[in-house]
Amino acid sequence: MSKLINGKTGDWEIVIGIEVHAQIISQSKLFSGSSTSFGSEHNTQVSFVDAGMPGMLPVINSVCVEQAVKTGLGLNAKINKFSIFDRKNYFYPDLPQGYQISQFEQPIVGEGKVIIDLEKGVEKEVRIERLHLEQDAGKSIHDQHPSYSYVDLNRSGVALMEIVSMPDMSSAEEAQAYIKKLRNIMKYLQTCDGNMEEGSLRADINVSVRKPGDELGTRCEIKNVNSIKFIGQAIEYEAKRQINLIESGESIKQQTRLFDPKKGQTRSMRSKEEAHDYRYFPDPDLLPLSFTDEFVEGIRKTLPELPDIRRKRFVEDFGLSPYDAGILVSEKETADFFEIASKNSNSKLVCNWIVGELFSILNKDSKTIQESPVTPENIGKLINLIDDGTITGRIAKDVFEIMIDSGDDPVSIVDSNDMRQVSDEGELDGIIEKIIQSNPDQVKSLEEKPNLMGWFVGQVMQETKGKANPKTVNELLNKKLLK
Amino acid sequence: MSVDLDNVKKIAKLSKISLKESEGKKFLTDLNQIIGWVDQLTEVNTEEVAPTFSSFGADEGIKKRNDTVNDGGYREDVISNAPKSDEGFFLVPKVID
Amino acid sequence: MANLTELCLYEARDGLKNKSFSTKDLILDHIDAMESSRYLNAFITETPDLALKSADLSDDNYSNNTNRPLEGLPLGIKDMFCTKGVLTTASSKMLSNFIPPYESTVTNNLWNNGAILLGKLNNDEFAMGSSNETSFFGSVINPWKKNDKQAELVPGGSSGGSAASVAAKIGVGSLGTDTGGSIRQPASFTGTVGLKPTYGRCSRWGIIAFASSLDQAGPITRNVRDNAILLNSMCSHDPKDTTSSSKEIPDFESSLGKSIKGLKVGIPKEFYQDGMSDEIIKMWNNGKDWLKSAGAEIIDISLPNTKYALPCYYIIAPAEASSNLARYDGVRFGHSINSNDINEMYELTRSDGFGDEVKRRIMIGTYVLSSGYYDAYYLKAQKVRSLISKDYNDAFSKVDVILTPSTPNSAFELNEKCDDPLSMYLNDVFTVPINLAGLPAISIPSSKDKNGLPLGLQLIGKPFDEETLYSFANIIEESSNFESLDDIWWLK
Repeated sequence: MSKLINGKTGDWEIVIGIEVHAQIISQSKLFSGSSTSFGSEHNTQVSFVDAGMPGMLPVINSVCVEQAVKTGLGLNAKINKFSIFDRKNYFYPDLPQGYQISQFEQPIVGEGKVIIDLEKGVEKEVRIERLHLEQDAGKSIHDQHPSYSYVDLNRSGVALMEIVSMPDMSSAEEAQAYIKKLRNIMKYLQTCDGNMEEGSLRADINVSVRKPGDELGTRCEIKNVNSIKFIGQAIEYEAKRQINLIESGESIKQQTRLFDPKKGQTRSMRSKEEAHDYRYFPDPDLLPLSFTDEFVEGIRKTLPELPDIRRKRFVEDFGLSPYDAGILVSEKETADFFEIASKNSNSKLVCNWIVGELFSILNKDSKTIQESPVTPENIGKLINLIDDGTITGRIAKDVFEIMIDSGDDPVSIVDSNDMRQVSDEGELDGIIEKIIQSNPDQVKSLEEKPNLMGWFVGQVMQETKGKANPKTVNELLNKKLLK
Repeated sequence: MSVDLDNVKKIAKLSKISLKESEGKKFLTDLNQIIGWVDQLTEVNTEEVAPTFSSFGADEGIKKRNDTVNDGGYREDVISNAPKSDEGFFLVPKVID
Repeated sequence: MANLTELCLYEARDGLKNKSFSTKDLILDHIDAMESSRYLNAFITETPDLALKSADLSDDNYSNNTNRPLEGLPLGIKDMFCTKGVLTTASSKMLSNFIPPYESTVTNNLWNNGAILLGKLNNDEFAMGSSNETSFFGSVINPWKKNDKQAELVPGGSSGGSAASVAAKIGVGSLGTDTGGSIRQPASFTGTVGLKPTYGRCSRWGIIAFASSLDQAGPITRNVRDNAILLNSMCSHDPKDTTSSSKEIPDFESSLGKSIKGLKVGIPKEFYQDGMSDEIIKMWNNGKDWLKSAGAEIIDISLPNTKYALPCYYIIAPAEASSNLARYDGVRFGHSINSNDINEMYELTRSDGFGDEVKRRIMIGTYVLSSGYYDAYYLKAQKVRSLISKDYNDAFSKVDVILTPSTPNSAFELNEKCDDPLSMYLNDVFTVPINLAGLPAISIPSSKDKNGLPLGLQLIGKPFDEETLYSFANIIEESSNFESLDDIWWLK
C-alpha cells in the first residue's frame, strides 16, 4: 500500500527507484594495484594506470569480482557467468582516461530482490534490476582557489558495485528502509562497509509522481545523496516540487539534480544539463568475464548468515519477538554483540537490556555499539546477576553506571560495593519491625490510605540502600501490616 | 547513410574538438566519403555471427591480478608532466556544478 | 676501417663478440650517420649521450663476458613507445613536451638485453597514416628515389621513420608498431624486412595506444635473421597487459634454414586486384616459384570477405582510437591551452594539439559509436571481423602460410595523396585483414619496380607461428637477391 501525498488536485503517488554506488572492500583498486584506503594524502594512491597516462592498461582485481558475486548472492540475484566490460565515454577532470570502465548490456549480476522492513513489522519486497562493476572517479575540490578546481585522483579507479533497483518504492520511509537493508546486507557480507559519511555508499534517487493508476511520470534524478536522513528530505522535497509544478500546469523536465542539505531543497545540476551520448562499447583491453558454476558455488559456501535468516534464528532459537529480533539484526555489530552477551544468559533479558539501557547511553554519547564502554560478556554477567537474584533490577542500573565509567566486570563491582540483594527474611524482618516501631502514626494511617504501603517499602529500601529483595519485602510487609 | 553538418557539429562537440567554418565543411566532405565507403558492410550477411571481442586469449580467459597493493605512492612522477599543478594537485579551470 | 654502420645486426653482434671493434666505435659510427642524415627527418629525438654512456657499459660487459643477447647494438625506437626520461611525442603536438616517467615493457626488454637507444623515430601522428606525412615534426623522406628522378618519396607509414632509418643504415634495426600495416607497408616501400607478430606476442604496456585490439609492436630490420633475433628480445608475457599471451616464446633465429618441404602455401584469389600492375603480379609469381623450388606446395585458396576488411578496419580502428585519445585533455600531461572554462580548455587543447588526420579519425570513431549508429557500424564491423578471422582460420586448415604482395604499389611522391584520405587508406588493402584476424605477417623486399623502387612480398602465418614465417621469409630473401640501397644521396 503506497503512501499518498495530498495535492490540490487530488492524491498523488510517488515512484522511487534508487541506484546505489557501493565501494567494494578490497586492498587495491579494480584495475590497478594502488591502495584504496580512505583519507590518505591526495594523489599518493595513484598509479600511472589510474592517472590515465599514455600506454597504460587495466588488469582486473580477482577479489573485486568475488565481492560482486558475493553481493549478488546476498541479494538473491542471478549471477551472470558471462559478462562484459564496456567503456562509458565522457569528459570530466576527475575521469583521467576520458572514459569509465563499467558494464552496460551484460552486467555481472542480474535480477534479484531485497525484503525491506517497515513500521509495525510490515515487510515489502523491492526488486533489484542488476548489479555491475565499475570504476569510481577522482575528486575535485572547488573551494581552494578562486579560478581553479583541484583534482585528487586517489579515488579514481576504486571498485564500485552499482546496484540498480526497480522503481518499487513509494515513500521516503521505504527508500530509507531499502538503503538501510542494502547497507546491512553488504556489511554482513563484508563486501562494502556502508559508510555513507566517507562516501563508500552513495545513492542516486530517481523520483517521479503520478496519480494512482496513471502511467509513470517523468523522473528526476537526485545525485549522490550521502545520508539516510537526506534521502528522506530530498524525496519529500522533490515529490512536492514535482506535484506543485504539475498542478500549476507545467510539465516535469527530465533532469539531474543535487540535494542541498542546508536549504533542504533539490536544484538542477548545471554541468549535466545536456544529454550525454556515452557511446558504450566493449573495452578492447579486457576480455569478457566468465566463470563456472563451481566458482559461484564456492563463493556461496563462504556466505555468512544474512540478516533475514539471522532474525528468523533469533526468533526460533532465542525466543525473541520478531520486532526485537529485527532491531538486533538491523546492524550486524548489534546482532554479534547480542549473541556474545546472551551466550550464557537469558536471551530475552539480554535483548531488553541492550535495546533499552545500552542503546540509551550509546545514543546519548553518539556512540556506535562497537564503541560501547561495556563489553557484551559483561552485559551477560550483569543479566545473570539479576536473573539469579544476586542483585535487584534497581541496583543493576547502578551497577551498569559504574560499569560504563570503569569498564569493570559486574561481579567485582557488586562485591566491592556491597550491592548484593538482601533476601534474608530474618534480616529484613528485623528492619521492617524497626520501621514499624518507629512510625506508629504511619501504621495507623495505613488503614485509610493503603497506598502508604509504598512509603514503607521505600523506607526499607532506604535502610538497605536499595538492596532489599522487593518481593520478599512486600510479602513481609503484607504479612505484618495487613492483618 | 549520409552525414550532415549537424552530425558533424554534434560529433565535434562529443569529441571536444572545435572546428572552424571551413574545417567543418572539409570534414563533412571527408566524413561523407568515408562513411559512404564503409557503408558497403551492409552487404555482408552477419546473421548469427558473434562479434569479435579480442583476437586470441579467449582460451586463456581474462587474466586477473591478486588483491595486493603494489602500485601508486609516487605522486611526484604522476604530477611530473602536469601543465598546471599545485602542492600535488592537478589544476583545472573551476568547474561549477 | 669501413664504416661500422655497414654491418647488419647479426654481423655487429658477432663483431662485438669477437672483439673486432668496441661498442663505443660502433655507436660513434651510428651517431655520425644519424647526425648526417637529418635531411631524411627520420628521428625526432636523438640520444647520442645516452647511447655513449650505454656503450661504455656494454664494453664492460663484453670484457667481463657478461654480455647479453643484444649487448651494445644501437636501435631506433618509434616515438609511440614510452621511454623513461626521454621525450616521447607520438609525433604529435599534443605530446611534444611529454617525458614519460615509465618505460614500455617491450623497450625495457631490449635494454635488459643490452641494446642501446640511438633515438626516437618519427611516425605518422598517433600512428595514423600510411605515408608519415601527418607528423607534427614534418614528413620523413624515403632514402629510395626513382631512377634518375629528383622527386622525394614517402617511406610509407605510420612507422616511416623506423623503416627509413633502417634502409639508410642508421641503427642496426628499429621498432615499429603495426595496427593496419604500419610496419609492413613502410618495410615494403623501403626495401626492409618488417614483421607484425601475432596479437599478444608483445606487450602493449607503455605503447601509446591507437587501436587496442589491433596494435602490435614489431621489428624492422635489414634482413630476416636480424628480424628474428630482435623479435626474440621483444616478446614476453606481461601481467600488466592482459591481452599479452603466456604462450611459450621459441628461439626464432633457429627457424631460419629450416626446410619448408611439403608445407603448403596459400594464394588467396581475392588479393588479385583489378588493374594490379604487371610488376606486382610478376613478383608474386616469382615468390610462388621460389617457394615451390624449395619444396613447398602452392595452393589456391579463397578468403571471401577480403574486400570488406578495409571498411571494417576503418570503423573499428577509429572507434577505439576515439576512446583511447580521450585522455589527451590538457589536464595531467601534454599540450594544454588555458581557459576559464573547462570545456573550452578541452576544445582549444585538442583542436590545437591534434592534426587533421587524427581529428578525422576521432570524428569517424565517435560517429560510429554514437547512439543510433552503433549497431549499424561498430557492432556490424566486429561481426564482419569475425567472418574475416574465420576465413583465415578455414584457410589455415588447408595451408601453412599465405603469400601475397605487401602493397598495391611502390612508394609514391610526397604530397601526392594528401588531400584524399580515402585513396590513402587504400594503401593498406593487403595488410589490414591480418590485423583484424590478429595473425602474424612479415614483409620481405622481393623485387624492384620499373623505377627501381622496392616492392615487398607478404607472408601471413598461423597464430603464434612466427617460426614458419621466418623459415619461408628466409627462402624468399635468399631467392630474391634483392639489392639494398647504394645511393646515399642525402649525405651529399
